[in-house]
Amino acid sequence: MREITIEAKIENLDEVLGFVDGQLEELECPMKAQMQIDVAVEEIFVNIASYAYAPGVGDAVVRFESSQDPASVTITFIDSGVPYDPVQKDDPDVTLSAEERGIGGLGIYMAKKAMDDMKYVYRDGQNILSISKSI
Amino acid sequence: MLNINKKLEDKTLTVALEGRLDTTTAPQLEAELKSALPEVTSLVMDFEKLEYISSAGLRVLLSAQKTMNKQGEMKLIHVNDVINEIFEVTGFSDILNIE
Repeated sequence: MREITIEAKIENLDEVLGFVDGQLEELECPMKAQMQIDVAVEEIFVNIASYAYAPGVGDAVVRFESSQDPASVTITFIDSGVPYDPVQKDDPDVTLSAEERGIGGLGIYMAKKAMDDMKYVYRDGQNILSISKSI
Repeated sequence: MLNINKKLEDKTLTVALEGRLDTTTAPQLEAELKSALPEVTSLVMDFEKLEYISSAGLRVLLSAQKTMNKQGEMKLIHVNDVINEIFEVTGFSDILNIE
């Protein structure tokens, strides 16, 4: 298990993705799965950076765990911001035309679709969101 | 990291993207398109060297599609499998003209 603690702001996205990609590369994760995991990590981290502590700032922990047989990874995001459960969020209507489409709501939906599983728990004043995927 | 190569011929603008279209880089593309699109009736986005797209990138594409619906047409060419799958799960494959 490895983890980083980082200030939850959008400027730090590249560092978070660098941490996760480094771990995935050590596991020789296939490129397609890596891209899908990156999408999920980006959407979740940007969400925390945008909303968890607004208008202030705070830290996020990004924890990386892997297991074998079958090979899978679990990435956990922990923040102490406002309670928010993205698992319960309604999916956007993806059948709408360009004119009818709003610009919000897609990110978490993409994260859910890119991963095999997403779990949320609020404990001791912390949002704990875990995403998992077979690789 | 995103490289944006633009080529304007008559009123057709070809924009070739290389790298990642994400939260960090999407504003660059948005700014480039904002300044270029008023002159354009046909927009071609070449994704041959685009490796990655997130929802921030999708938002820029949606906005470009809406603009081009009013003044001409837009199409995407050379889209790779990973990005195509993202377009499919988000319903963007029905909104965008993908060749």
